[in-house]
Amino acid sequence: MTMLLSITAVSKRFRGLVAVDRVSCEVAKGEIFAVIGPNGAGKTTLFNMIAGALQPDEGAISFQGERIDGLRPDEVCRRGIARTFQIVRPFPALTVEDNVMIGALLRTSDAARARESAHDVLRRLDLLDKRQRAAKSLTLPDRKRLEVARALATAPQLLLLDEVMAGLRPTETDRMVAILRELNARGLTILLIEHVMRAVMALADRVLVLHHGAPIALGTPAEVVRQPAVIESYLGAEAV
Amino acid sequence: MNSAGFPKRGLALLALLFAALIAAPLLVNDYLLTVLIIILYFAYAGQAWNIMMGFAGQLSLGHAIYVGLGAYTAAALYVHFGIGPWIGLLVAVPVAMACGAIIGFLAFRFGVAGVYFAILTIAFAEFARIGFDHIGYTGGSAGLFLPVAQYAHNDLWNLRGKPIMFYYVMLAFTAAAFVLCRYLLRSRMGYFWQAIREDEEAARALGIDTFRYKMFAVVISAGMTAVAGVFFAFYYNNLFPEQVFHISRSIELILAPIIGGIGTLFGPILGAFVLTGLSEAMTELLHTLGIDVPGAKQVFYGVCLLIVVLALPDGIWPWLARRLRLERS
Repeated sequence: MTMLLSITAVSKRFRGLVAVDRVSCEVAKGEIFAVIGPNGAGKTTLFNMIAGALQPDEGAISFQGERIDGLRPDEVCRRGIARTFQIVRPFPALTVEDNVMIGALLRTSDAARARESAHDVLRRLDLLDKRQRAAKSLTLPDRKRLEVARALATAPQLLLLDEVMAGLRPTETDRMVAILRELNARGLTILLIEHVMRAVMALADRVLVLHHGAPIALGTPAEVVRQPAVIESYLGAEAV
Repeated sequence: MNSAGFPKRGLALLALLFAALIAAPLLVNDYLLTVLIIILYFAYAGQAWNIMMGFAGQLSLGHAIYVGLGAYTAAALYVHFGIGPWIGLLVAVPVAMACGAIIGFLAFRFGVAGVYFAILTIAFAEFARIGFDHIGYTGGSAGLFLPVAQYAHNDLWNLRGKPIMFYYVMLAFTAAAFVLCRYLLRSRMGYFWQAIREDEEAARALGIDTFRYKMFAVVISAGMTAVAGVFFAFYYNNLFPEQVFHISRSIELILAPIIGGIGTLFGPILGAFVLTGLSEAMTELLHTLGIDVPGAKQVFYGVCLLIVVLALPDGIWPWLARRLRLERS
């Protein structure tokens, strides 16, 4: 397997607090990789370092063999890594179509072509019917899918999803899972941070479990949920 | 705030408005013609300011600096070297753009945003106001005057002539600004600006170099505003730092797009008509009623604006467009 993303001994401290403590992992091309862990485990900090929103204090992050740590978020995106936000941030006054089109304009300067590729993405995300609606008028599940659509429109190699299932009802979760599976089947590599175990179990090829910033387990979903350390720190005894 | 979707009826309305404005001088008296010139001036300058605030979401409260720099540059070239306004424009516009670039660079490089950015723009306009008071070359606080004479014919090359000439010049500028803004808004840059306006962090996450596009917004807006300044100098023929760079000038300039509809193409034009129309109508009304209380006009004017802002916080145009079914809701 060729490695798309390599994280090597990355650490991040906020004053005295070690948010991420020498985390290393690799994401292979074409896989769905999940990062889980209790609140405060450092998942979002790790995520933000990959996306360029934060700079690691130590360690290296490489994408397609090139160092990307220290790049700005827009530079990271241009390299082919797109992200969503945990708390969705659509462009509220703009239409759904324009939201996604702005993502597509990263790869073409032609507005008509960007609109076309936005339509393709919206179709895949079940949002085409709502393309003329203002983004602020959408329901949360729709906004979550818009967030994914907008990121996808930038034609990424790697899609970073920050708790994209949070706040969704089970049926909506299943719908999102189906959409992500479909995207993955077309060759998209996905790294997701997730609390909804239902989705993690259904989607992830491999799971990294963080606790107090440090990795405590790495393996397939079935493997990691059996490990005592994971059960104790995260899942709780009743999950067994 | 929407850019796309410009139905046929909208184009028809636009054509009608343009035709009416071309024909207007034939139908109105001299007084109304000067009112129309002021309206077009504010429509044009409002359009330029709107690029920064309406499109890219960067609040400038110091746009008088670009008006002033444009005005002083062109006027000084004319007074000292006899260089006409059209050549002067080629100097005045880059001067204002450079000033915009400096303000933009300082603000955006060092993360000055929102209210603090607005204050920075005020500060620069105030520097200019006080600075120009002490520049003897441009007359200092005593003012800079362009030679005035009764002109028998219109000299378009030197912008010396009757109001009707100024009217058509300003109409051409306003029409050009409208076309340019429409083009910009629907270009890649326009979409990136709107993304920055709506959510800068989300825009960055989509690969948009927000610094670069905010710089474009300031520089283009500054350059366009300087054109209004050149017109101002040659139309009024006198420039005083206290007036040209004063903060009230900056505020006056942003009212039309705010009342008309920030971020819309028709907003600045509609706002200019409503504001100047209202102001002039108020003068007429008070005169007719024989009310001669100092400040009465300003109070009425303020109350009217208050009502508009309270009733239509997005401005008049978005509401009117929905009424006329020109834009989707």
